[in-house]
Amino acid sequence: MAGISRDQVVHVARLARLDLSEDELDRFTVQLGAVLEHVAGLEALDTAGVPPTAHPLPLVNVLRDDVPAPSLDRDEVLAQAPAAEDGRFRVPRILGEAP
Amino acid sequence: MTGALGIAGDVRAGRRSAREVVEEHLAAIAAREDELHAFNLVLAGEARAAAAEVDRRVAAGEDPGPLAGVPVALKDNLCTRGIPTTCSSRILADWRPPYDATVVRRLRDAGAVIVGKTNMDEFAMGSSTENSAFGPTRNPHDPTRVPGGSSGGSAAAVAAGFSALALGSDTGGSIRQPAALCGVVGVKPTYGRVSRYGLVAFASSLDQVGPLAGSVADAALALEVIAGHDPADSTSVAQPAPSLLGELDRGVDGLRIGVLSELVEGVDPDVGTRLAEAAAALEAAGAKVDDAHIPAARLGLSAYYLIATAEASSNLARYDGVRYGLRVDGDDVTAMYGATRAAGFGAEVKRRIMLGTYALSAGYYDAYYGQSQRVRTLLIRDFEAAYESYDLLLAPTTPTTAFPLGAKTDDPLAMYLSDVCTIPSNLAGHPAIAVPYGRGDDGLPVGLQLLAPALGEATMFRAAAALEASLRSGTGASAA
Repeated sequence: MAGISRDQVVHVARLARLDLSEDELDRFTVQLGAVLEHVAGLEALDTAGVPPTAHPLPLVNVLRDDVPAPSLDRDEVLAQAPAAEDGRFRVPRILGEAP
Repeated sequence: MTGALGIAGDVRAGRRSAREVVEEHLAAIAAREDELHAFNLVLAGEARAAAAEVDRRVAAGEDPGPLAGVPVALKDNLCTRGIPTTCSSRILADWRPPYDATVVRRLRDAGAVIVGKTNMDEFAMGSSTENSAFGPTRNPHDPTRVPGGSSGGSAAAVAAGFSALALGSDTGGSIRQPAALCGVVGVKPTYGRVSRYGLVAFASSLDQVGPLAGSVADAALALEVIAGHDPADSTSVAQPAPSLLGELDRGVDGLRIGVLSELVEGVDPDVGTRLAEAAAALEAAGAKVDDAHIPAARLGLSAYYLIATAEASSNLARYDGVRYGLRVDGDDVTAMYGATRAAGFGAEVKRRIMLGTYALSAGYYDAYYGQSQRVRTLLIRDFEAAYESYDLLLAPTTPTTAFPLGAKTDDPLAMYLSDVCTIPSNLAGHPAIAVPYGRGDDGLPVGLQLLAPALGEATMFRAAAALEASLRSGTGASAA
């Protein structure tokens, strides 16, 4: 499973929503390949029957009473947005809407 | 300049004013900050105002708090309301959070004086602070060397006397490794000991906030203030803050301490020598010292770089140009996402998002991410087995002393290897403390670490204080 092709790097960049330059695609193909080669040792390990650990603490759901409390101030939050309008975040066109 | 305990004691007793203390530290910053670049932002005005408030409380006979007048530096991934919190990234360069991190609020309530936001590797991804979008921090012991990372600015600030304490975050060693390279104490608490509310997320199952300090006692004081349950963090352990200062003079008589063999292999000979001296000093102080084994530790680095990047690829999806931070416009929302993230993230962050996205992608998920999670279980089992025979484990913090700027920037894998000794504690969720222990052959600080089982901070601090004391008394042989 070691190694990664340039086409795979292009595909992963699309999944990650990163517009990488041709130069970055070349460099990451080499560098990610080297890292994947290093981690290949994991593959050989027999872990049959070993449960995965997603989280180091034996925590279960943390619940609280459903009591209304103040949340962040809307104007303060929207003041940090790149674009806001009418108390909402403004974004570019999403799908085939009229411009 | 005295340490945090000394400052708080003097200010509380009215022997020194908080104003005097803060001016002393601002003068130290003015003298050397241009050379070291420990800070992204120095908060001189805010610090003077906070010091004035502490002095007012003292004069009025009110309790000014356990950190009265103590200058503290904050890693720039801890949210400060209305004050820029950049994570040393272009994508957050102008962001002012609408709320304070829980640890920031606890520091302020304890009378601490926040002097600035420290430089770091972008989004805490790195081991040298060279991945900052705002330029590297330099090591106060030798400005041609790195301070370590990712909390390099915090470590440099304490080492240079810019602040008595600093907070950092430790996902794979990001507090302990720079502490070692800068010759200060650094603590990664048990996962869940300290609230992560308001810590900008990197890898949520590994991240933990902790203190950097000039001494074990100062680190204990800081951890007592910031630890303890926080309802705002659902992964916060439902336990009060541990009592640590009272443990420090109890000694190590009768403690069983294992030297972690797997983490000794591959370290530089001078680091190995300091470790052997530390083991001998602890034994001379009454501990029972032996070799311990964590076989799965060898696999920790690989498992870590898949788990941490997988979690990061998910956490960093929020930087999309919609709600905060940088936006680069595009014809539609998808084009805007791609252009914003391409312009906003630096090379290492892009590399890790790519690796994590790949590890989680269809066809590779089980082989990489799933297998890493199973290795994480094996590692935890190995630790549990070791802790049946030992109370604590002793290991190097880093394989080498501070390396020159630029030495590893073109070789990501070589950079990752400098975290090999610190990563196992993050995967296990266990606490560890890095303590300076003498110098290497190059005259630069060497750091050793004590590891403890979950929630074992009290015993860990007790042994750390004994280790520190052995240096002062000279029983640590050539280490001093």
